[in-house]
Amino acid sequence: MIALELKNVRKNFGKTEIIRGVDLAVQAGERVAIIGPNGAGKSTLFNLISGRFEPSSGEIWLGEHRIDGKKPFEINRLGLSRSFQITNIFPKLSVFENLRCAVLWKLGYKYTFFKFLADLEDANDRAEALMERIRLDKKRDVLAVNLTYAEQRALEIGITIAGGADVVLLDEPTAGMSKSETKRFIQLIREVTEGKTLLTVEHDMGVVFGLADKIAVVVYGEVIAFDTPEAVRANAKVQEAYLGSAVAESQAAH
Amino acid sequence: MALTKTHYEFKPYNVARWIIWGLFALILLLAPKLFNSNLSVSMLSQMGVAIIACLSYNMLLGQGGMLSFGHAVYTGLGSYVAMHALLAAGSGSLPVPVTLIPLVGGLGGMFFAVLFGYVSTKKSGTTFAMITLGMAELVFAMSLMFSEFFGGEAGVSGNRVVGESFWGITYGPQIQVYYLTAAYTLVCVALMYAFTRTPLGRILNAVRDNPERVEFIGYNTQHVRYLAFIIAGFFAGIAGGLASVNFEIVTAEVVGSGRSGAYLLFTFLGGATFFFGPIIGAVLMVLAFVLLSELTKAWLLYLGLVFLFMVMYAPGGISSLIMMNLRLAAFGRLKQIWVAYVGLGVTALIGLAGTAAMIEMVYHLQLNTTASPELVFAGIALNATSFNSWFGSVFVMLTGFGLFELARRQYLHDWEETQVYIEKEIKRREAL
Repeated sequence: MIALELKNVRKNFGKTEIIRGVDLAVQAGERVAIIGPNGAGKSTLFNLISGRFEPSSGEIWLGEHRIDGKKPFEINRLGLSRSFQITNIFPKLSVFENLRCAVLWKLGYKYTFFKFLADLEDANDRAEALMERIRLDKKRDVLAVNLTYAEQRALEIGITIAGGADVVLLDEPTAGMSKSETKRFIQLIREVTEGKTLLTVEHDMGVVFGLADKIAVVVYGEVIAFDTPEAVRANAKVQEAYLGSAVAESQAAH
Repeated sequence: MALTKTHYEFKPYNVARWIIWGLFALILLLAPKLFNSNLSVSMLSQMGVAIIACLSYNMLLGQGGMLSFGHAVYTGLGSYVAMHALLAAGSGSLPVPVTLIPLVGGLGGMFFAVLFGYVSTKKSGTTFAMITLGMAELVFAMSLMFSEFFGGEAGVSGNRVVGESFWGITYGPQIQVYYLTAAYTLVCVALMYAFTRTPLGRILNAVRDNPERVEFIGYNTQHVRYLAFIIAGFFAGIAGGLASVNFEIVTAEVVGSGRSGAYLLFTFLGGATFFFGPIIGAVLMVLAFVLLSELTKAWLLYLGLVFLFMVMYAPGGISSLIMMNLRLAAFGRLKQIWVAYVGLGVTALIGLAGTAAMIEMVYHLQLNTTASPELVFAGIALNATSFNSWFGSVFVMLTGFGLFELARRQYLHDWEETQVYIEKEIKRREAL
């Protein structure tokens, strides 16, 4: 079953073509890593899928729903959630409140103001459980702005998975982390996205080849390869365009 | 209801919360016994009105991050609607008891919030602020155009003693109006506090912090802002309705930008980051408008100075200062720093006295040109044209502010020490 499908998606900013006809079909439960050089359009692709930008042409399907042109909150309600490359949390709310906010819509509380949060046992239990899963339970009442960088990244993931979306997009989840932090963090991502369809933008080749079932290589706004890690590694076009560079080779060696 | 818990959970009553609300009710009940002159009871009524108005404003500013320059539109139009309802009740065409007139004002405020809010809450940030400013000007301009509703220059006046007396309550005496106001204040404050603990209230905080992310957890930020705006409009309207019953007259200035500015200023002074901040601000607002304006013609200038210093040195307002020092007290460190506070207070007063003397002399020269240049300031005879008075004032001011700067440095030093101590203490407790 196809969880997410892009059909000839294009995006122009003015006259500049950023995404030049992307076709991509992700099966339910697959873990897909999107790689490519800087400025290839990886983040733009995420922004198009999640509704931050509207594609100039083409179609995006989430299961049986066509989602291109829909607002981010509508797409989120259909079961797609994303994280951000630059940490995007609620700085003046506590860790617990951050997570509780993120579960409210999914649990059907919508815009209600005739119920007390303290009485919403399912929301509170779910937020508590999430907090343990992302290992921030000791920081329950700390304001998000006062967390360390790695903790904020974990909270970012927590907010993303809180609503229980089936399709999860992670935009460079390990950006700016140290090697040891990255290792632990990848383990965390593995755990919390169990059984979900995962798309992730990642720079660290060690991470990519370890985490992903499939790799999509984006170069100049086009997907030049979409296959298993082994096949992508062997792909001549990919080697030429991306992995051939000295930097990537040294990274891949890890 | 389905039982989601399989085990018994001990949920103690939040004793501290009950004590605080009990105290608040008690203060509302006993305040007119302590301050029982006509002026004080009238001021206390105004404070109740201002508390509701400032808290409703803070629903936008502090909780939703919406900087509105036109909140008086909703209190003011609430006032007008309530006044017309009162007139209709007086002529017998509308069977509404006076007790419920403020509620009619609330519905009026809400109606206009539904109408205007639809436009202004489409945007956030600076655009939102600009639209509210435009709305405020628009409504004020209309108040001069539609004199049937706004009553033109003279405004609309009415009589709050309407219908049969009920258990001796006629709302003739001011004290009865005070208790009506106090009851509304207690209920509205409780309701607005309750709002902060609901899903919508919390998502509103999230919209304040990071509207973009809210869109990606399933919420339409525009809708959240709109709903909050309507609720704030409702409470603002109640405040306006109470003001109508209290003053028995409504003039166009209640929708004016000056009033809107006052809500912003005093909500900020009280502190927008804590729920109770605007209550302090509201009390100060009435004190400033009624007492300070009697004391000196330059009161707006002093108000501006206070606002300026607050924004620069304590952007969290008075409530955040209180909370910071409560934290200190909780760690038993207040005794270490109170001397510094006395120093700050005394030196600030000296500096202020010198400054105020000069301000008063300038005002005296400008406003009382025909009178003699002599005036009395704080019990001291000054001559606005003499060198001695000016020299003395400058001397006092410079001495005061010079000492203040020294006191401030000492205070900062002491404050740092206490903070270091508290950090260590927190670490120590965590390690236990």
